[in-house]
Amino acid sequence: MKKLFVLGALAAMLASGTALADTSGKKIAFSNNYAGNSWRQAMLDSYGIVTKKAVADKVVGAADIFTTADKEVPTQAAQVQNLILQGYDAIVINAASPDALNGAIKQACDAGITVVSFDGTVTEPCAYRVVVDFKDMGKQEVEQMAKFQPKGGNLLEIRGLAGTSIDDAIHAGILEGVAAHPEFKIVGSVTGDWDQTTAQKAVATILPSLPDVVGIVDQGGDGYGAAQAFAAAGKPRPTIIMGNRQDELQWWKEQKDKDGYKTWSASIAPGVSSLAFWVAQQVLDGRTDIPHDLLVPYLAFTQDDFEAELPKIVKGGVASHEYTQEDAIAAIKANIK
Amino acid sequence: MRREMTAASLEATTKSSAERGALARARLLRGLLPALSLALVLLAIAWLNPRAISYFGFSLMLNLAIPIALATIAQMFVIAGNELDLSIGTFVGFVGCVTATWLKDAPLIGVLILLGSIGVYALLGALIHLRNLPSIVVTLGMSFVWQGLAILVLPKPGGKAPDWLLAFMAFKPPLVPFPIIAALLIGLIVHFGLMRTSYGVILRGSGGNPAALGRAGWSLLKTKIVLFALAGLFGVLSGMALIGITTSADANIGNGYTLLAIAGVILGGGEFVGGRVSPIGAVIGALTLALAASPLLTFMHIPPDWQVAANGAILIIVLAARVLISRRER
Repeated sequence: MKKLFVLGALAAMLASGTALADTSGKKIAFSNNYAGNSWRQAMLDSYGIVTKKAVADKVVGAADIFTTADKEVPTQAAQVQNLILQGYDAIVINAASPDALNGAIKQACDAGITVVSFDGTVTEPCAYRVVVDFKDMGKQEVEQMAKFQPKGGNLLEIRGLAGTSIDDAIHAGILEGVAAHPEFKIVGSVTGDWDQTTAQKAVATILPSLPDVVGIVDQGGDGYGAAQAFAAAGKPRPTIIMGNRQDELQWWKEQKDKDGYKTWSASIAPGVSSLAFWVAQQVLDGRTDIPHDLLVPYLAFTQDDFEAELPKIVKGGVASHEYTQEDAIAAIKANIK
Repeated sequence: MRREMTAASLEATTKSSAERGALARARLLRGLLPALSLALVLLAIAWLNPRAISYFGFSLMLNLAIPIALATIAQMFVIAGNELDLSIGTFVGFVGCVTATWLKDAPLIGVLILLGSIGVYALLGALIHLRNLPSIVVTLGMSFVWQGLAILVLPKPGGKAPDWLLAFMAFKPPLVPFPIIAALLIGLIVHFGLMRTSYGVILRGSGGNPAALGRAGWSLLKTKIVLFALAGLFGVLSGMALIGITTSADANIGNGYTLLAIAGVILGGGEFVGGRVSPIGAVIGALTLALAASPLLTFMHIPPDWQVAANGAILIIVLAARVLISRRER
């Protein structure tokens, strides 16, 4: 009878897929290559909040943050090697280069260390990659636009920093969305570099040559600038998709208070660093079924919940979200199927 | 004291025996200083993380110091000629990009490009000498040229090191870790060539007292070309070693090396006056910098907000210690 009970408990444990091993003695290091902008600062803050609690709750033994002095690849490669020597069990990394750190990453894997990369991910197959589904974000922008502008019409697209994989993915998603919604037509495209001032200049330049535009699909950090350009030109205000920046949500609130303006907002949360931390913890927990490429959702706000978020964002900052262990387990589950 | 006289033969004849004894002691101290600072940094690391003092630990901590040591030697040749090379970092990056692309896919073209780049370095030496241009300006300009070429060769990070290079850099000799053997070899070979051969004396003399050498009938054009070509050669070796370790390249991979190499030469007992350099010291200086900047910092557990500043502080402390002790010499 007792034997059966033990077996049953074992089966239950296996079925739940968690808590196979104790991670309270495990040490996780965070190797970060740059801390010089507001997004990176928010990323470090989110990571700090989540890991401090995890250490206090004895979920992990230690979670230390290491930032390199410059954005250089060799410095971060040396840092990873030092973290190997320090005896960390896992390294969470925002990498300076997708390829050039592979040598050091491989050394870490060979030393039995779990490596989880996010944002600046690495291509070394032994590492885990937490990637935000930017393509779906682009597609979703058009889906949302179809709700606000059911009759369809002309769209203006604002692109991000040229040559980056993020810009590529969002753009591909937008094209896919437009293909699924033939009532929309992209009549113009400008480069906004995820920056309000750049976007404002670019939109102001192309505006005179555009037919009437019902909506703007963009990449975040550019919505407020586009709104300013339209206001300055005296053109009717289109539906502008926002990107979770404080100034964008603030503008949205002003417009909503004035005449019930409706739109949607989405971007990558800097707190994805905390999700990477939990993924590392899950691997250390003994889970072997975690795919090495994890696609995680972006952070989106709708007409109903953006105002609650607004006061939490510092001026000039961006909305973030601290992920929990449950979030990570759910994200892993969503990627397994 | 005629400190500007650096060609050893000239110095010896003009000094009394007492003066010579004092100078010899000061020189010994200066020669030991780089080793002393390295020992201090190693002691600190051993105290903070005993696990690092092992075969595995040294292999990991020091392997990225090898490309820095090679770049430092390259810079040392230029400094020996009383010039300064601000392009060595981006040159290392360019070599890295060529190594990860051409050298693997079309070895013959790759070798030709690398030899050609050494040739460019030699031409720069000639240009600087013939037109009497400030080397800082010329090499600063060249740093953008190398950077641009690197981006042309490898527009986005990637490529792969040739297999033989990967195997070479991952070599695990018995007992002594590979980076230590490599550092010893580099230091000894360059020491012999520059400090123990007669043409080495001429090369150093061309930086220390060019007027005297010119009057003695040596071609200063030739010495400058040789010094710059040697800098190019060691820059190529540095880039190849770096890619052998990282396995893959990035156009910006070497940018930090320019200043590290200068700091390494100075920490290793070299001086900006020309002719006063020490190859073994430069290698030790490079190792010290590599250890102080990264492992020491990582093992100290400094709060993340202060790490960047602490990195700079460690470098300043290490360099200041060197200046303090060598001042006694005067």
